[in-house]
Amino acid sequence: MRAATAMRGKDVVLDGVSMVFGDFTAVHPTDLEIKAGEFFSILGPSGCGKTTILRMISGFLEPTTGRVLIGGDDMAGIGPNRRPTALIFQNLALFPLMPVWENVAFGLEARGVGKKQRRERAMELIDMVALRGQEEKLPGDLSGGQRQRVAIARALAVEPAVLLLDEPLSALDLKLRKEMQIELKRLQHETGITFIFVTHDQEEALTMSDRIAVMNNGRILQVGSPREIYDHPSERFVANFIGDTNLMEAEIISVSNGTARLRLPSGTETDADMPEGLDDAKKVTVVVRPEHARLAADAGEATLSGTLENIVYFGTDTHYHVRLDAGELFTIRAQNLRGRDETHESGSRIGIHLGDRAVQVLKD
Amino acid sequence: MTASDATARSGTSADAEAAGSYRSLVEDAQRREIRNKRLLATPALVVLFFAASGPLLIVLLYSFLAPDPYGGVEWEFSTQGWFKVFFQVDIFDDTVSLADAHLSILWRSVQLSFLTTLLTFVFGFPTAYFIATRPVKYRELWLFLITIPFWTNLLIRTFAIMEVIRAEGLINQALIALDIIEEPIQMLYTDFAILIGMAYVYLPLMVLPLYASMEKLDFRLVEAAYDLYATRFQALRRVIVPLVKPGIIAGSILVFIPSLGAYVTPRVLGGGKKMMLGNLIELQFGQGRNWPLGAALSITLLIIVMVALIAYVRNTTKSDVRHG
Repeated sequence: MRAATAMRGKDVVLDGVSMVFGDFTAVHPTDLEIKAGEFFSILGPSGCGKTTILRMISGFLEPTTGRVLIGGDDMAGIGPNRRPTALIFQNLALFPLMPVWENVAFGLEARGVGKKQRRERAMELIDMVALRGQEEKLPGDLSGGQRQRVAIARALAVEPAVLLLDEPLSALDLKLRKEMQIELKRLQHETGITFIFVTHDQEEALTMSDRIAVMNNGRILQVGSPREIYDHPSERFVANFIGDTNLMEAEIISVSNGTARLRLPSGTETDADMPEGLDDAKKVTVVVRPEHARLAADAGEATLSGTLENIVYFGTDTHYHVRLDAGELFTIRAQNLRGRDETHESGSRIGIHLGDRAVQVLKD
Repeated sequence: MTASDATARSGTSADAEAAGSYRSLVEDAQRREIRNKRLLATPALVVLFFAASGPLLIVLLYSFLAPDPYGGVEWEFSTQGWFKVFFQVDIFDDTVSLADAHLSILWRSVQLSFLTTLLTFVFGFPTAYFIATRPVKYRELWLFLITIPFWTNLLIRTFAIMEVIRAEGLINQALIALDIIEEPIQMLYTDFAILIGMAYVYLPLMVLPLYASMEKLDFRLVEAAYDLYATRFQALRRVIVPLVKPGIIAGSILVFIPSLGAYVTPRVLGGGKKMMLGNLIELQFGQGRNWPLGAALSITLLIIVMVALIAYVRNTTKSDVRHG
């Protein structure tokens, strides 16, 4: 980022915020703290309320209950045109009749900045998003990726403290999306602006975010770093929504220091991580990520055992589907390394080793 | 395989012959298709000729003939009709002067039509915006309400307006009852009455095209403008108006043109004292018994409309060039 565009992010706090439309509760009372300068993602399926949260932060919706605070200031009654936020719309909402530079300069024009100055500033931003030479074109004459960049430059032009992004990459093809992910991450790092990124793409959330909130049915289920969310999902929905899972029923024998001693359906015992706020439950569901388990030729010594039903080769790795003795299907993902051709026969008896801390207890 | 492929590969004359006949078959089919398409346009062309172009040519012809004192025309060439559009000859000393009466009616027609267009726009724009921002299921109801006045005969609607604004009418009686005025205000038989009447009659013609272009408007653009610190007025001026411009142009044309030639409304609400072009033309074909003058006035009206249209469209598309 050029020196001229140094900006500063602000923190965003949702204090008991909820949104009710008629008899439909889009967002249940929610508390959330987003730190200044953080890349924060809200991840969830469509209709889970994530866009509603974004629109409450940007000021297009007034929450039914609770308060939105930006940089410590209560935003009640303050419209979108007076909040230190800028929203990048899902469809980008570029002004179709204005050339690129006028689009970028629109926020400055609205604030009464003179034409010469706002043209200069727009050109700086156009440089920043690598669109020099396109400034006189209309949005309709640009490619999807270029339009994306215009939308980003237009939002940054008003020097927001918080940038809100409503699934802006969903219309791009995979390759372009990866490029823009890196680009966004770079811009966030350089500007220091708080980014709040709404997406239903779990991979996007995992790769870009400092922290993620996983939402479903109007509730935030878990907030944490990508690693926490992936390795230690607290609920079944979170586990299923992000990555692949093996779910099993288990029985808690004892708990100490957040670690539980469990008895699996096969009768064997293992240690597992307990989520906070879950005590003394006897019957629980546990999750094991497919890559946290590995096959063992000797079924007798392993934690779990079953029959190898199916082998699927994916290039970088291979998936093994094992029918456990208890009846469930268990998937194992093994990376394919050169010179380590493990040969397992479909239909053979096989054991499964679970790695250290591979088993995670779920709240539900 | 195309015909030229066939020719290129053919070594023998038989092949070339086959290719030639293939080509002529294709051409035949194309000719037939064009003929069929022309055939489909025939009904419209026939109607256009007999109902529009034909009569117009007759009017043009009449404007260059001499008037028959008992109505109709005498078949001899004369430019008197056109002369009298712009000039008048004094009965006593034969001096020629500008036809003030005609020109002032002409000017008033243009003025009133312009004001009618403006008035319908001022009232129609918020109305169309309101309808376009309702939930989809209610929009049809609102549009339906807008079109209800069309169900009633124009004359009856005009008399209704008369009832409202005449000296013993609704407005005056209400104002007197409220002690705001003592004597009724003379509204009927004024330019104001004509303006109100025309604006009322033509309002739907402004609202409908405006609505049609606003319905296509992506209101997220308005939100985007608002999010980028624009005020409501800035969002309106920079985002909404440029995007609904086609609707504004269509609505203005649809209101301005019939206003210019309006007959019933100025006749009833102007009371024959305040004439517009339509009334003047009618007068020449009726009591005036000067068909050539009436015809020349009609052509004049047509020319005004065309000039106004060209100027308007030129003007409004010019400002778009800057954007594109």
